[in-house]
Amino acid sequence: METFKKKRIEIVIEALVLKRLIAVFEDNQINGYTVYSAQAGSGKSGAWQADGVISGTNELRVVFCIVDETRVDQILDPVFKLISRHIGIVTVSDVDVIRGDQFD
Amino acid sequence: MADILNLAAANLLSPMVLFFALGLAAALARSDLAIPEAVAKGMSIYLMMAIGFKGGAGVAAHGLDATLILALIAGLILSALIPVVAFQILTRVSDLPRVDAAAVVAHYGSISIVTFLAATEALKISGIPAESYMVAVAAAMETPAIFVGLILAQSATSTSGSRGSSTGEVGNLDRTALREVVLNGSIVVLVGSFIIGWISGPAGLTSIESFIVSPFKGVLCLFLLDMGLIAGRGLRDGSKQLSPSVVAFGLYMPLVGAVMGLVAGLLVGLSPGGIALMITLSASASYIAVPAAMRLALPEARPAIYLPLSLGVTFPFNLVIGIPLYIAMATAVTG
Repeated sequence: METFKKKRIEIVIEALVLKRLIAVFEDNQINGYTVYSAQAGSGKSGAWQADGVISGTNELRVVFCIVDETRVDQILDPVFKLISRHIGIVTVSDVDVIRGDQFD
Repeated sequence: MADILNLAAANLLSPMVLFFALGLAAALARSDLAIPEAVAKGMSIYLMMAIGFKGGAGVAAHGLDATLILALIAGLILSALIPVVAFQILTRVSDLPRVDAAAVVAHYGSISIVTFLAATEALKISGIPAESYMVAVAAAMETPAIFVGLILAQSATSTSGSRGSSTGEVGNLDRTALREVVLNGSIVVLVGSFIIGWISGPAGLTSIESFIVSPFKGVLCLFLLDMGLIAGRGLRDGSKQLSPSVVAFGLYMPLVGAVMGLVAGLLVGLSPGGIALMITLSASASYIAVPAAMRLALPEARPAIYLPLSLGVTFPFNLVIGIPLYIAMATAVTG
Protein backbone atom coordinates (compact mmCIF):
# COMPACT_ATOMS: atom_id res chain seq x y z
CA MET A 1 0.00 0.00 0.00
CA GLU A 2 1.24 3.48 -0.80
CA THR A 3 2.05 5.64 2.22
CA PHE A 4 3.03 9.29 2.56
CA LYS A 5 5.75 10.84 4.73
CA LYS A 6 4.43 13.37 7.28
CA LYS A 7 5.50 14.92 10.59
CA ARG A 8 3.79 14.15 13.91
CA ILE A 9 4.07 16.96 16.45
CA GLU A 10 3.30 15.87 20.01
CA ILE A 11 3.00 18.37 22.83
CA VAL A 12 2.61 17.50 26.52
CA ILE A 13 1.23 20.61 28.17
CA GLU A 14 -0.46 21.74 31.40
CA ALA A 15 -4.24 21.35 31.20
CA LEU A 16 -4.66 24.98 32.21
CA VAL A 17 -2.73 26.14 29.13
CA LEU A 18 -4.55 23.86 26.68
CA LYS A 19 -7.03 26.52 25.52
CA ARG A 20 -4.15 28.78 24.51
CA LEU A 21 -2.46 25.99 22.59
CA ILE A 22 -5.67 25.29 20.71
CA ALA A 23 -5.86 29.01 19.90
CA VAL A 24 -2.33 28.78 18.45
CA PHE A 25 -3.43 25.84 16.32
CA GLU A 26 -6.47 27.73 15.08
CA ASP A 27 -4.39 30.83 14.30
CA ASN A 28 -2.14 28.63 12.16
CA GLN A 29 -4.98 26.80 10.42
CA ILE A 30 -4.23 23.47 12.13
CA ASN A 31 -7.71 22.00 11.98
CA GLY A 32 -6.83 18.43 12.78
CA TYR A 33 -5.49 17.54 16.22
CA THR A 34 -6.20 15.11 19.06
CA VAL A 35 -6.12 15.75 22.81
CA TYR A 36 -5.96 13.18 25.57
CA SER A 37 -5.29 13.22 29.31
CA ALA A 38 -2.13 12.10 31.02
CA GLN A 39 -2.90 10.32 34.29
CA ALA A 40 0.41 10.33 36.14
CA GLY A 41 4.10 10.60 35.61
CA SER A 42 7.41 11.82 36.87
CA GLY A 43 9.74 14.58 35.74
CA LYS A 44 12.32 17.09 36.93
CA SER A 45 10.07 18.21 39.81
CA GLY A 46 9.26 14.67 40.94
CA ALA A 47 6.25 12.39 40.58
CA TRP A 48 2.76 13.73 39.93
CA GLN A 49 -0.75 12.38 39.44
CA ALA A 50 -3.91 13.96 38.07
CA ASP A 51 -6.31 12.54 40.70
CA GLY A 52 -7.14 14.68 43.64
CA VAL A 53 -6.07 18.23 42.94
CA ILE A 54 -9.30 19.89 41.88
CA SER A 55 -7.68 23.13 40.76
CA GLY A 56 -6.38 21.32 37.67
CA THR A 57 -2.88 22.38 38.62
CA ASN A 58 -1.52 18.85 38.41
CA GLU A 59 -3.18 17.86 35.16
CA LEU A 60 -1.35 17.42 31.89
CA ARG A 61 -2.77 16.98 28.40
CA VAL A 62 -1.16 15.37 25.40
CA VAL A 63 -1.91 17.02 22.08
CA PHE A 64 -0.78 15.71 18.72
CA CYS A 65 -1.24 16.72 15.14
CA ILE A 66 0.11 15.40 11.85
CA VAL A 67 1.23 17.94 9.28
CA ASP A 68 3.30 18.31 6.17
CA GLU A 69 7.01 18.89 6.80
CA THR A 70 6.83 22.37 5.28
CA ARG A 71 4.58 23.55 8.12
CA VAL A 72 6.57 22.32 11.11
CA ASP A 73 8.50 25.54 11.80
CA GLN A 74 5.37 27.65 11.33
CA ILE A 75 3.75 25.69 14.17
CA LEU A 76 6.73 25.18 16.44
CA ASP A 77 7.67 28.87 16.76
CA PRO A 78 4.39 30.03 18.38
CA VAL A 79 4.13 26.77 20.36
CA PHE A 80 7.58 27.33 21.83
CA LYS A 81 6.69 30.95 22.65
CA LEU A 82 3.59 29.71 24.48
CA ILE A 83 5.16 26.95 26.52
CA SER A 84 8.53 28.57 27.24
CA ARG A 85 7.37 29.56 30.74
CA HIS A 86 5.27 26.44 31.39
CA ILE A 87 5.74 22.72 31.76
CA GLY A 88 5.90 21.24 28.28
CA ILE A 89 7.45 18.52 26.18
CA VAL A 90 7.47 18.92 22.41
CA THR A 91 8.56 16.17 20.07
CA VAL A 92 8.54 15.95 16.29
CA SER A 93 8.69 12.56 14.66
CA ASP A 94 8.46 11.07 11.18
CA VAL A 95 5.33 9.08 10.44
CA ASP A 96 3.88 7.31 7.44
CA VAL A 97 0.20 7.91 6.76
CA ILE A 98 -2.14 6.19 4.35
CA ARG A 99 -4.27 9.17 3.40
CA GLY A 100 -1.73 11.89 2.66
CA ASP A 101 -4.27 14.44 1.47
CA GLN A 102 -5.79 14.57 4.97
CA PHE A 103 -2.67 16.13 6.49
CA ASP A 104 -1.47 19.33 4.82
CA MET B 1 -13.61 27.97 78.78
CA ALA B 2 -15.85 24.91 79.12
CA ASP B 3 -17.86 26.16 76.15
CA ILE B 4 -14.73 26.44 74.03
CA LEU B 5 -13.65 22.91 74.96
CA ASN B 6 -17.13 21.56 74.21
CA LEU B 7 -17.08 23.31 70.85
CA ALA B 8 -13.62 21.94 70.06
CA ALA B 9 -14.70 18.42 71.04
CA ALA B 10 -17.89 18.65 68.99
CA ASN B 11 -15.85 19.84 66.02
CA LEU B 12 -13.23 17.12 66.37
CA LEU B 13 -15.86 14.39 66.64
CA SER B 14 -18.04 15.67 63.79
CA PRO B 15 -18.34 13.30 60.80
CA MET B 16 -16.73 15.96 58.57
CA VAL B 17 -13.50 16.16 60.57
CA LEU B 18 -13.43 12.40 61.13
CA PHE B 19 -13.76 11.71 57.39
CA PHE B 20 -11.00 14.22 56.75
CA ALA B 21 -8.85 12.40 59.32
CA LEU B 22 -9.62 9.08 57.60
CA GLY B 23 -8.42 10.44 54.26
CA LEU B 24 -5.33 11.94 55.85
CA ALA B 25 -4.44 8.69 57.62
CA ALA B 26 -5.09 6.64 54.45
CA ALA B 27 -2.77 8.85 52.38
CA LEU B 28 -0.03 8.84 55.01
CA ALA B 29 -0.31 5.04 55.24
CA ARG B 30 -0.05 4.91 51.42
CA SER B 31 -3.45 3.25 50.98
CA ASP B 32 -4.69 2.97 47.41
CA LEU B 33 -7.92 4.78 48.36
CA ALA B 34 -8.61 7.49 45.75
CA ILE B 35 -11.58 9.60 44.71
CA PRO B 36 -11.69 9.89 40.91
CA GLU B 37 -10.86 13.37 39.71
CA ALA B 38 -14.20 13.81 37.92
CA VAL B 39 -16.12 12.87 41.09
CA ALA B 40 -14.10 15.36 43.13
CA LYS B 41 -14.78 18.11 40.60
CA GLY B 42 -18.50 17.25 40.55
CA MET B 43 -18.68 17.39 44.34
CA SER B 44 -16.84 20.70 44.36
CA ILE B 45 -19.36 22.20 41.93
CA TYR B 46 -22.26 20.74 43.94
CA LEU B 47 -20.99 22.20 47.22
CA MET B 48 -20.45 25.66 45.74
CA MET B 49 -23.84 25.55 44.05
CA ALA B 50 -25.54 24.54 47.31
CA ILE B 51 -23.83 27.11 49.52
CA GLY B 52 -24.31 29.86 46.93
CA PHE B 53 -27.99 29.05 46.46
CA LYS B 54 -28.69 28.83 50.19
CA GLY B 55 -26.89 32.15 50.75
CA GLY B 56 -28.91 33.87 48.03
CA ALA B 57 -32.19 32.43 49.31
CA GLY B 58 -31.26 33.62 52.82
CA VAL B 59 -30.70 37.17 51.56
CA ALA B 60 -34.07 37.05 49.76
CA ALA B 61 -35.76 35.94 53.00
CA HIS B 62 -34.12 38.44 55.34
CA GLY B 63 -33.52 41.37 53.00
CA LEU B 64 -30.48 43.51 52.33
CA ASP B 65 -28.90 46.02 54.66
CA ALA B 66 -25.94 48.36 54.66
CA THR B 67 -23.89 45.80 56.57
CA LEU B 68 -23.76 43.64 53.43
CA ILE B 69 -22.09 46.43 51.45
CA LEU B 70 -19.68 47.12 54.30
CA ALA B 71 -18.91 43.40 54.67
CA LEU B 72 -18.19 43.14 50.93
CA ILE B 73 -15.86 46.16 51.06
CA ALA B 74 -14.14 44.74 54.16
CA GLY B 75 -13.71 41.40 52.38
CA LEU B 76 -12.14 43.06 49.33
CA ILE B 77 -9.75 45.08 51.51
CA LEU B 78 -8.79 42.03 53.58
CA SER B 79 -8.11 39.95 50.48
CA ALA B 80 -5.78 42.67 49.17
CA LEU B 81 -4.16 43.48 52.50
CA ILE B 82 -3.47 40.01 53.91
CA PRO B 83 -1.00 39.07 51.10
CA VAL B 84 0.97 42.29 51.73
CA VAL B 85 1.28 41.51 55.45
CA ALA B 86 2.01 37.85 54.73
CA PHE B 87 4.70 38.77 52.19
CA GLN B 88 6.48 40.97 54.74
CA ILE B 89 6.45 38.10 57.23
CA LEU B 90 7.36 35.28 54.87
CA THR B 91 10.26 37.06 53.19
CA ARG B 92 11.73 37.87 56.61
CA VAL B 93 11.35 34.47 58.25
CA SER B 94 12.22 32.19 55.33
CA ASP B 95 14.73 31.99 52.52
CA LEU B 96 12.07 31.30 49.89
CA PRO B 97 12.72 33.03 46.55
CA ARG B 98 10.51 36.10 46.39
CA VAL B 99 8.56 34.79 43.40
CA ASP B 100 7.59 31.69 45.43
CA ALA B 101 6.79 33.89 48.44
CA ALA B 102 4.50 36.08 46.29
CA ALA B 103 2.63 33.01 45.04
CA VAL B 104 2.28 31.62 48.58
CA VAL B 105 0.86 34.85 50.03
CA ALA B 106 -1.71 35.14 47.22
CA HIS B 107 -3.15 31.85 48.53
CA TYR B 108 -3.45 33.29 52.05
CA GLY B 109 -5.24 36.44 50.87
CA SER B 110 -7.78 34.38 48.97
CA ILE B 111 -10.13 31.91 50.65
CA SER B 112 -10.92 28.22 51.02
CA ILE B 113 -14.60 27.64 50.38
CA VAL B 114 -14.52 24.21 52.08
CA THR B 115 -13.10 25.75 55.26
CA PHE B 116 -15.94 28.27 55.03
CA LEU B 117 -18.47 25.42 54.61
CA ALA B 118 -17.03 23.56 57.59
CA ALA B 119 -17.23 26.73 59.71
CA THR B 120 -20.85 27.24 58.61
CA GLU B 121 -21.70 23.70 59.72
CA ALA B 122 -19.83 24.16 63.03
CA LEU B 123 -21.86 27.32 63.68
CA LYS B 124 -25.06 25.40 62.98
CA ILE B 125 -24.01 22.67 65.43
CA SER B 126 -23.35 25.38 68.03
CA GLY B 127 -26.67 27.09 67.35
CA ILE B 128 -25.00 30.37 66.38
CA PRO B 129 -26.75 32.12 63.46
CA ALA B 130 -24.75 33.98 60.83
CA GLU B 131 -25.56 36.40 58.01
CA SER B 132 -26.60 34.48 54.88
CA TYR B 133 -24.73 36.91 52.65
CA MET B 134 -21.32 35.89 53.99
CA VAL B 135 -21.11 33.57 50.99
CA ALA B 136 -21.07 36.69 48.78
CA VAL B 137 -18.19 38.02 50.89
CA ALA B 138 -16.40 34.71 50.30
CA ALA B 139 -16.81 35.14 46.54
CA ALA B 140 -15.57 38.75 46.73
CA MET B 141 -12.44 37.63 48.57
CA GLU B 142 -11.42 35.04 45.94
CA THR B 143 -9.60 37.26 43.44
CA PRO B 144 -8.10 40.51 44.82
CA ALA B 145 -5.32 38.50 46.46
CA ILE B 146 -4.36 37.04 43.08
CA PHE B 147 -3.68 40.50 41.65
CA VAL B 148 -1.78 41.61 44.76
CA GLY B 149 0.31 38.41 44.62
CA LEU B 150 1.19 39.09 40.99
CA ILE B 151 2.12 42.71 41.75
CA LEU B 152 4.35 41.49 44.59
CA ALA B 153 5.97 38.99 42.22
CA GLN B 154 6.61 41.71 39.63
CA SER B 155 8.12 44.05 42.21
CA ALA B 156 10.17 41.21 43.66
CA THR B 157 11.79 40.35 40.33
CA SER B 158 12.31 43.96 39.30
CA THR B 159 14.07 44.83 42.57
CA SER B 160 16.02 41.67 43.27
CA GLY B 161 16.39 40.03 39.88
CA SER B 162 15.48 36.77 41.53
CA ARG B 163 14.51 33.58 39.72
CA GLY B 164 12.02 34.32 37.02
CA SER B 165 11.39 34.47 33.34
CA SER B 166 14.12 35.60 31.04
CA THR B 167 11.46 37.31 28.96
CA GLY B 168 10.50 39.69 31.75
CA GLU B 169 6.93 38.37 31.82
CA VAL B 170 6.84 37.41 35.49
CA GLY B 171 3.41 38.00 36.99
CA ASN B 172 2.14 39.36 33.71
CA LEU B 173 -1.63 38.91 33.59
CA ASP B 174 -2.65 39.32 29.95
CA ARG B 175 -6.25 39.66 28.82
CA THR B 176 -6.75 35.93 28.37
CA ALA B 177 -5.36 35.16 31.83
CA LEU B 178 -7.42 37.97 33.35
CA ARG B 179 -10.59 36.50 31.86
CA GLU B 180 -9.65 33.02 33.08
CA VAL B 181 -9.02 34.31 36.60
CA VAL B 182 -12.17 36.42 36.86
CA LEU B 183 -14.36 33.76 35.23
CA ASN B 184 -12.82 30.89 37.18
CA GLY B 185 -15.40 28.08 37.33
CA SER B 186 -15.63 28.10 41.13
CA ILE B 187 -16.40 31.83 41.20
CA VAL B 188 -18.96 31.56 38.39
CA VAL B 189 -20.90 28.74 40.05
CA LEU B 190 -20.74 30.35 43.52
CA VAL B 191 -21.83 33.83 42.41
CA GLY B 192 -24.28 32.47 39.83
CA SER B 193 -25.98 30.18 42.38
CA PHE B 194 -26.11 33.03 44.89
CA ILE B 195 -27.93 35.21 42.35
CA ILE B 196 -30.30 32.36 41.38
CA GLY B 197 -31.02 31.71 45.07
CA TRP B 198 -31.65 35.41 45.61
CA ILE B 199 -34.02 35.63 42.65
CA SER B 200 -35.95 32.44 43.44
CA GLY B 201 -35.98 33.02 47.21
CA PRO B 202 -37.17 30.61 49.92
CA ALA B 203 -39.80 29.15 47.55
CA GLY B 204 -37.04 28.21 45.10
CA LEU B 205 -35.02 26.68 47.90
CA THR B 206 -38.00 24.60 49.04
CA SER B 207 -38.55 23.32 45.49
CA ILE B 208 -35.01 21.87 45.26
CA GLU B 209 -34.44 21.22 48.95
CA SER B 210 -34.12 17.47 48.51
CA PHE B 211 -31.10 18.08 46.26
CA ILE B 212 -29.55 21.20 47.75
CA VAL B 213 -30.10 20.73 51.50
CA SER B 214 -30.56 17.09 52.50
CA PRO B 215 -27.54 15.46 50.79
CA PHE B 216 -25.28 18.42 51.56
CA LYS B 217 -23.59 17.10 54.70
CA GLY B 218 -23.01 13.65 53.21
CA VAL B 219 -21.40 15.12 50.10
CA LEU B 220 -19.31 17.41 52.28
CA CYS B 221 -18.07 14.35 54.23
CA LEU B 222 -17.10 12.57 51.02
CA PHE B 223 -15.41 15.71 49.73
CA LEU B 224 -13.50 16.07 52.99
CA LEU B 225 -12.39 12.44 52.72
CA ASP B 226 -10.87 13.42 49.38
CA MET B 227 -9.37 16.58 50.89
CA GLY B 228 -7.81 14.42 53.59
CA LEU B 229 -6.26 12.21 50.91
CA ILE B 230 -4.92 15.26 49.06
CA ALA B 231 -3.64 16.86 52.26
CA GLY B 232 -1.94 13.60 53.26
CA ARG B 233 -0.24 13.29 49.87
CA GLY B 234 0.70 16.97 50.07
CA LEU B 235 2.24 16.45 53.51
CA ARG B 236 4.10 13.35 52.35
CA ASP B 237 5.54 15.01 49.25
CA GLY B 238 5.77 18.52 50.67
CA SER B 239 7.87 17.47 53.62
CA LYS B 240 10.79 17.21 51.19
CA GLN B 241 10.21 20.72 49.81
CA LEU B 242 9.01 22.76 52.80
CA SER B 243 11.49 24.13 55.32
CA PRO B 244 10.47 24.29 59.01
CA SER B 245 10.11 28.09 58.80
CA VAL B 246 7.70 27.78 55.85
CA VAL B 247 5.66 25.07 57.63
CA ALA B 248 5.51 27.30 60.72
CA PHE B 249 4.26 30.14 58.50
CA GLY B 250 1.43 27.86 57.34
CA LEU B 251 0.41 27.45 60.99
CA TYR B 252 0.66 31.00 62.34
CA MET B 253 -0.37 32.96 59.24
CA PRO B 254 -4.01 31.82 59.65
CA LEU B 255 -3.92 33.35 63.13
CA VAL B 256 -2.58 36.65 61.76
CA GLY B 257 -5.36 36.63 59.16
CA ALA B 258 -7.86 35.68 61.87
CA VAL B 259 -7.02 38.76 63.93
CA MET B 260 -7.40 40.98 60.83
CA GLY B 261 -10.75 39.32 60.07
CA LEU B 262 -11.89 39.79 63.66
CA VAL B 263 -11.13 43.52 63.57
CA ALA B 264 -12.90 43.86 60.21
CA GLY B 265 -15.96 41.92 61.44
CA LEU B 266 -16.24 44.12 64.52
CA LEU B 267 -15.86 47.34 62.50
CA VAL B 268 -18.53 46.23 60.03
CA GLY B 269 -20.91 45.30 62.86
CA LEU B 270 -21.50 41.66 61.99
CA SER B 271 -23.21 39.21 64.33
CA PRO B 272 -21.00 36.76 66.32
CA GLY B 273 -21.66 34.10 63.65
CA GLY B 274 -20.82 36.55 60.86
CA ILE B 275 -17.62 37.58 62.62
CA ALA B 276 -16.64 33.91 63.02
CA LEU B 277 -17.12 33.44 59.27
CA MET B 278 -15.18 36.63 58.45
CA ILE B 279 -12.35 35.35 60.67
CA THR B 280 -12.48 31.95 58.96
CA LEU B 281 -12.35 33.50 55.48
CA SER B 282 -9.39 35.69 56.47
CA ALA B 283 -7.58 32.73 58.05
CA SER B 284 -8.13 30.26 55.22
CA ALA B 285 -5.91 29.71 52.19
CA SER B 286 -7.08 28.98 48.67
CA TYR B 287 -6.38 25.71 46.86
CA ILE B 288 -8.62 25.99 43.80
CA ALA B 289 -8.72 29.45 42.22
CA VAL B 290 -5.29 30.74 43.21
CA PRO B 291 -3.15 27.70 42.24
CA ALA B 292 -4.76 27.74 38.79
CA ALA B 293 -4.16 31.48 38.43
CA MET B 294 -0.55 31.12 39.57
CA ARG B 295 0.12 28.38 37.02
CA LEU B 296 -1.21 30.66 34.29
CA ALA B 297 0.30 33.98 35.30
CA LEU B 298 3.26 33.04 37.48
CA PRO B 299 4.51 29.63 36.31
CA GLU B 300 7.98 30.41 37.70
CA ALA B 301 6.60 29.91 41.23
CA ARG B 302 6.75 26.31 42.41
CA PRO B 303 3.43 24.53 43.08
CA ALA B 304 5.46 22.10 45.20
CA ILE B 305 5.69 24.92 47.76
CA TYR B 306 2.29 26.62 47.70
CA LEU B 307 0.03 23.59 47.25
CA PRO B 308 1.30 21.41 50.13
CA LEU B 309 1.46 24.48 52.37
CA SER B 310 -2.13 25.48 51.68
CA LEU B 311 -3.59 21.97 51.51
CA GLY B 312 -1.33 19.94 53.76
CA VAL B 313 -0.63 22.43 56.55
CA THR B 314 -3.11 25.33 56.72
CA PHE B 315 -6.28 23.50 55.67
CA PRO B 316 -6.00 20.73 58.32
CA PHE B 317 -4.99 23.30 60.93
CA ASN B 318 -8.06 25.40 60.21
CA LEU B 319 -10.38 22.42 60.05
CA VAL B 320 -9.29 20.82 63.32
CA ILE B 321 -8.06 23.69 65.53
CA GLY B 322 -8.85 26.93 63.71
CA ILE B 323 -12.63 26.76 63.32
CA PRO B 324 -13.49 26.18 67.02
CA LEU B 325 -10.90 28.80 67.93
CA TYR B 326 -12.38 31.36 65.51
CA ILE B 327 -15.91 30.73 66.80
CA ALA B 328 -14.63 31.12 70.35
CA MET B 329 -12.86 34.38 69.42
CA ALA B 330 -16.02 35.77 67.82
CA THR B 331 -18.28 34.86 70.73
CA ALA B 332 -15.75 36.08 73.32
CA VAL B 333 -15.35 39.55 71.83
CA THR B 334 -19.07 40.04 71.27
CA GLY B 335 -19.93 38.93 74.82
